[in-house]
Amino acid sequence: MATDITESAELKSTEINKYDFKTKTTAIFKARKGIDEEIVNQISDIKDEPDWMRKFRLDSLRIFNEKPMPEWGGDIDLDFQDIFYYLKPTNEQGKSWDDVPEEIKDTFEKLGIPEAERKYLAGVKAQFESEVIYGSLKKELTDQGVIFTDTDTAVREHPELLREYFGKIIPPSDNKFAALNSAVWSGGSFIYVPKGVTIEYPLQAYFRINEENMGQFERTLIIVDEGAQVHYVEGCTAPMYTSESLHSAVVEVVVKKEARCRYTTIQNWANNIYNLVTKRAFAYQDAVMEWVDGNLGSKLTMKYPAVYMMEPGARGEILSIAFSSAGQHQDAGAKLVHCAPNTTGTIISKSISKNGGRSSYRGLARVEKGAVNSKCSVVCDALILDEDSRSDTYPYIEINEQDVSVGHEASVSRIGEEQLFYLMSRGLSETEASTMIVNGFIEPLVKELPMEYAVEMNRLIQLQMEGSVG
Amino acid sequence: MSDVLKIVDLHVSINDKEILRGVNLEIKHGETHALMGPNGSGKSTLGLVIMGHPNYEVTSGEILLNGENILDLEPNERARAGIFLAFQRPVAIPGVKMADFLRHATTNVRNPERKEGEDLIPMREFRKEIKANMEQLQMDSEFARRYVNDGFSGGEMKRAEILQLAMLQPKFAILDETDSGLDADAVRLASQSINEIGHNKMGLLIITHHDKLLEHNPPNYTHVILGGKIVESGGKELAEELHSQGYDRIRKQYPEAAQANDQNAVEEELVS
Ligand SMILES: Nc1ncnc2c1ncn2[C@@H]1O[C@H](COP(=O)(O)OP(=O)(O)OP(=O)(O)O)[C@@H](O)[C@H]1O
Ligand SMILES: [Mg+2]
Repeated sequence: MATDITESAELKSTEINKYDFKTKTTAIFKARKGIDEEIVNQISDIKDEPDWMRKFRLDSLRIFNEKPMPEWGGDIDLDFQDIFYYLKPTNEQGKSWDDVPEEIKDTFEKLGIPEAERKYLAGVKAQFESEVIYGSLKKELTDQGVIFTDTDTAVREHPELLREYFGKIIPPSDNKFAALNSAVWSGGSFIYVPKGVTIEYPLQAYFRINEENMGQFERTLIIVDEGAQVHYVEGCTAPMYTSESLHSAVVEVVVKKEARCRYTTIQNWANNIYNLVTKRAFAYQDAVMEWVDGNLGSKLTMKYPAVYMMEPGARGEILSIAFSSAGQHQDAGAKLVHCAPNTTGTIISKSISKNGGRSSYRGLARVEKGAVNSKCSVVCDALILDEDSRSDTYPYIEINEQDVSVGHEASVSRIGEEQLFYLMSRGLSETEASTMIVNGFIEPLVKELPMEYAVEMNRLIQLQMEGSVG
Repeated sequence: MSDVLKIVDLHVSINDKEILRGVNLEIKHGETHALMGPNGSGKSTLGLVIMGHPNYEVTSGEILLNGENILDLEPNERARAGIFLAFQRPVAIPGVKMADFLRHATTNVRNPERKEGEDLIPMREFRKEIKANMEQLQMDSEFARRYVNDGFSGGEMKRAEILQLAMLQPKFAILDETDSGLDADAVRLASQSINEIGHNKMGLLIITHHDKLLEHNPPNYTHVILGGKIVESGGKELAEELHSQGYDRIRKQYPEAAQANDQNAVEEELVS
């Protein structure tokens, strides 16, 4: 795509290169392009999976083939037979940093992972292409009975626990892309936090797509047992490529009675990537589920993290930031489903569109019969930086109960000329000034992020803003 | 060479309506000038145009800083060249912390050649400096963490403008009603601070409707603007006369300018 080339040519600071490198890797195994029973069987063979998982994949493939493309969201121009669905870079799963191959280490070094570890991370898992190749978890967590591993390993080592929930929160039949992921998934994180255990530091994972035409289909399952607490963070920076690429993840979360889970994502995809992700959490009695979701880049993102409040007193909170620039469409939003009395849901969405980018907010707030005394509030603010850019709001509200309170507020603003002038009159360049205004706009969400991610988010915004104003 | 800001026969329009109709003014380093005039006479417009507000169209005339025309410079370039405007109505910028904003501003103004992304002035140095200035202005240290002008009281807003003046140390400062909206004690504090920060260190153009600010910053010159034109200039005693007697004499003496002023005021009322 021409835009890629001009964009990277305009990027001046060395910081940018940090996000735009491609390390050579030797793929040990790469399935051929396309998707069919043979490929799915091959994936299952390589992973040496139990029969139930093979069957799950094959059933999902059938559903995928039958399901139509989603009718909402953006235009998807994908040839499913022109994508690699599986690639395995190394045989071994590294136990310590020393075991990680030099080349891959190099990539991680550029992403700052070793530093991140020094900064009291509870555990670092990195997904390099399709397979998790490096993982470490502080001993104290293991001692507390916490499981933090890649999902492939969990299939082998924790089959009962995994099977109880896998595909139950998001069944393959949910949508075409959930079915696709279910058929070809690889990697992703599996987390189990036992009753009453609080993990103090965020658990982190880094994802990258590093192979042309390669789809990445990670599968994450998080189970937070009664009264337990966890904050999971995934960050992502993808290198820029010129041909179509697909990222389609499934994330399932179960938050049991009085437990708490926060799931934070910052994603910055290359301009050619379709990012079609299904994320859903079930929150039980008095449990709290929070999604913090930052989406930058990609050709098209369709992502609507959901919280189903299953039992009385459950709470769901979704904060979402979308930034779209030239050639990008962010169709992001959130879903709150109140299934029980006294449940509380909040959606706060902020979107920024610039240089002809398009951001849409698509949100569902549904109150089921019997969910009396539930409260649901939706606030979405859009900031448009220029005439060519676009922002739309598609709120869907379904209320099947009387005694509830539902609020929806939406605002769209253009970047204020008076604000720009004020900042510039103090010596800030136009780019600095508008970057500051944009960062200020999303500040209420950014301050919810862990420190390194807040810094990263601001820097990503800065990169997006540079070389493009005026 | 001492710095000079010179405005020559400046004509300014907005939406084809002429607001400044030939303004001439020369301010030298170390001088204090008072600019007075009734509401709607063009005082704020002059300040905004000197700073480079994009909505105002300069139809003719020049603004010269040390002999160089600055009309083609962007507002940030003017700031880096040493021009400062304390706004009559500063705008709120939600989510942007005073400290972050001021650190960028201070860095850029001190290193006019700085490019985006280059280092900011060291945090420690900056903190020390802003803290000292805030103490002098009796501002709570919490203030640096608040969002720029967001939810500030009238008085806090003006104090924040003075804080910026103190940090940026410009060559020329235009203070647009920096004393309005302040209680009696705050006016005294603001006036003294402005004197400490600016007296003999820069050229000051003080726009005011009150006398306290000028008591602490006695002007070398007073200019009266009416209908977009400076109709009379004098010394400190002219400011005193206007404070005690108002603009009746001026209006009578310059009927044409008075009419232009009223014309604008009428149009303004029709619009609102
Ligand atoms: N953006 C604008 N659009 C339309 N008219 C404007 C604009 N800015 C200024 N004017 C008009 O120009 C004239 C001068 O305004 P200005 O704000 O400069 O007055 P002032 O002398 O500062 O008044 P005050 O003492 O009330 O602050 C007024 O008639 C005003 O309505
Ligand atoms: Mg004014």
